[in-house]
Amino acid sequence: MSSEPKRKSAKPPSKPKIGVFKFASCDGCQLSLLDAEDELLGVVGAVEIAYFPEASRTMLKGPYDIALVEGSITTHHDAERIQEIRRKCKTLITIGACATAGGIQALRNWKDVDEFVRAVYASPQFISTLKLSTPIAEHVPVDFELRGCPINKYQLIELITATLVGRKPNIPTYSVCMECKRKANVCIAVARGIPCLGPVTHTGCGALCPSFDRGCYGCYGPMDTPNTASLTSQFRILGQNDDQISRAFRSFNAWSWQFRKASEESKRA
Amino acid sequence: MSTRGGRTIKVDTLARVEGEGALYIKMAGERVADVKLRIYEPPRLFEAFLRGRHFSEAPDITARICGICPIAYQMSAVHAIERALGIKISPEVRLLRRLFYCGEWIESHALHIYMLHAPDFLGYQDVIEMAKDHRPVVEKALRLKKIGNRIVQLMGGREIHPISAAVGGFHKAPAKSQLRELVSELEWALEASLEAVKWTSTLEFPDFEQDYEFVALRHPDEYPFSEGRLVSNRGLDIDAAEYEDRFAEFHVKHSNALQSIVRGRGSYFVGPLARFNLNFDKLPEVAQKAALEVELKPPVKNLFRSIVVRAVELVFACAEALRVIREYEPPAAPRVEAPNRRSVGQAITEAPRGILYHRYAIDDNGLILTAKIVPPTSQNQKRIEDDLREYATHLAAWPLEEATWKCEQAVRCYDPCISCATHFLKVVIERE
Repeated sequence: MSSEPKRKSAKPPSKPKIGVFKFASCDGCQLSLLDAEDELLGVVGAVEIAYFPEASRTMLKGPYDIALVEGSITTHHDAERIQEIRRKCKTLITIGACATAGGIQALRNWKDVDEFVRAVYASPQFISTLKLSTPIAEHVPVDFELRGCPINKYQLIELITATLVGRKPNIPTYSVCMECKRKANVCIAVARGIPCLGPVTHTGCGALCPSFDRGCYGCYGPMDTPNTASLTSQFRILGQNDDQISRAFRSFNAWSWQFRKASEESKRA
Repeated sequence: MSTRGGRTIKVDTLARVEGEGALYIKMAGERVADVKLRIYEPPRLFEAFLRGRHFSEAPDITARICGICPIAYQMSAVHAIERALGIKISPEVRLLRRLFYCGEWIESHALHIYMLHAPDFLGYQDVIEMAKDHRPVVEKALRLKKIGNRIVQLMGGREIHPISAAVGGFHKAPAKSQLRELVSELEWALEASLEAVKWTSTLEFPDFEQDYEFVALRHPDEYPFSEGRLVSNRGLDIDAAEYEDRFAEFHVKHSNALQSIVRGRGSYFVGPLARFNLNFDKLPEVAQKAALEVELKPPVKNLFRSIVVRAVELVFACAEALRVIREYEPPAAPRVEAPNRRSVGQAITEAPRGILYHRYAIDDNGLILTAKIVPPTSQNQKRIEDDLREYATHLAAWPLEEATWKCEQAVRCYDPCISCATHFLKVVIERE
């Protein structure tokens, strides 16, 4: 996790300007802003939405007080565009697993991307894409990385609020297990032998999957200090083979270094 | 901007659509010389990395193609895989899936009607600006959208990328009492949708009719979501398994896209207008009546009236959700077992913005060998260009800025979801 948001100057001349920028992604994280039905009109009353093409034809030039960045970097053009955005904003916040960990499209990172392109497209010579799908922080300094595939809209509002007033956002970094226990769920891994990534996954979703009788699939990415080796052993005890374990770590946050390492270790084992 | 002997309509970033695209129309006097709907979203290569994943992962992975219609992806995926494996879902699960889809339709249609499209008709840059003059309308829109999201959240844990859909059913089915809690809000939403039909019908519609081939699912008993044959107003009547025989994609360099056509014919139209025109008789009475009251009856050929049709579908979705909740009995088991088996299966379901085709080939271990996904926006893409080629001639005498906005508005009638289409669309770096 990156450092806390920068402090703003004490006397804002006008409403703070927010820009929402998209790279390779599904649009879901920026949609979270529009999905905050009860809060939306309040939020737009407090800030100026200066750039948000999904919602508005108005596209104002920077500088922006806050840039919300969704998506991963997969083209040369986007690698340049993120530099430009960084130059134009005070605080840069990445929203979601693509921007924070490369997203599901980072599965190409272990494969031959040219073969991938040929598999999908009839005329691969017209496709311009990078070999790797990489998170924003591999390209520019990031002030805060908000986890999740998709992000939690309440965490987004908390983060925007905290950034604007210059305090540390209240966004915990412990595991899904903590949240699951707090909900008084019976542990599905212990009681029913269902493989669950909860012990190594960053909190924020509300322990949804275990609450729906299925194992956590890690869409919020690694927690602060995950013990993936221990969980891998536990998965083996539950009868999972190396390929299954590797796939479990290789989903929406596959390229985060902790899950990446865990997936490669289980492949080697 | 003017060019010699003509002018160019150019929108570098198409706003109020999901995803990123650009529009380019070149006029020579009153003639349209060129139309390009350029998609510059980077490809994410879903069909490639689905290979080697277990079929049980497909609904969660393909949901990530689109944050606006994840349920459509989940439903096309589970139905295609269930057809491959020869699984029959229980009637209770079938009903639940309809409710799930209702939630997505309500959310997506409310978002599009009021927040993405209405500002065009009323002359606002966005819904935020519109809210200053029409706050009650926007508040109603948000409440409507929220009830759609609530259905999805209740059934799937969260609005975006819900986690309950599974091959064979759901991971967990809701209790009857949980669904009952939605009733009063849905009753309000039904009334609000009826008002939405009236309200949208008072907007001003450009006089623009085209002779479209409409393509949608058709089911013998109900307005279509996930089952039925694929039909058109020009005699198409096929099973999902025949889709690739009857439709073709080809590569258009300028738009960097695979565009879809009906083989031997040309572009076609998918989405609310197509569903409405081909399935009007299957709408519940309340929705039929609402449409007829505003003199909307099939065939509707004016693209711009799609905003009213979307409102009629809101009425349908609210009424259908209420029906499902009334009839719902929890299934004995939330899902049936899905054994690994070498097989191939296809399915088409009706995403809010039109038909979504999935095909999977699976091996003996349940791992995906090949996947093919054809999203609604890539199917509409050629139709969008054909429309603009025609429509721009109507605007030849208009000031450039207004003509540009009108063309954008026309594109938004399709509710294009470029994030969906992208993995299927080519990205070309134009070198001029």
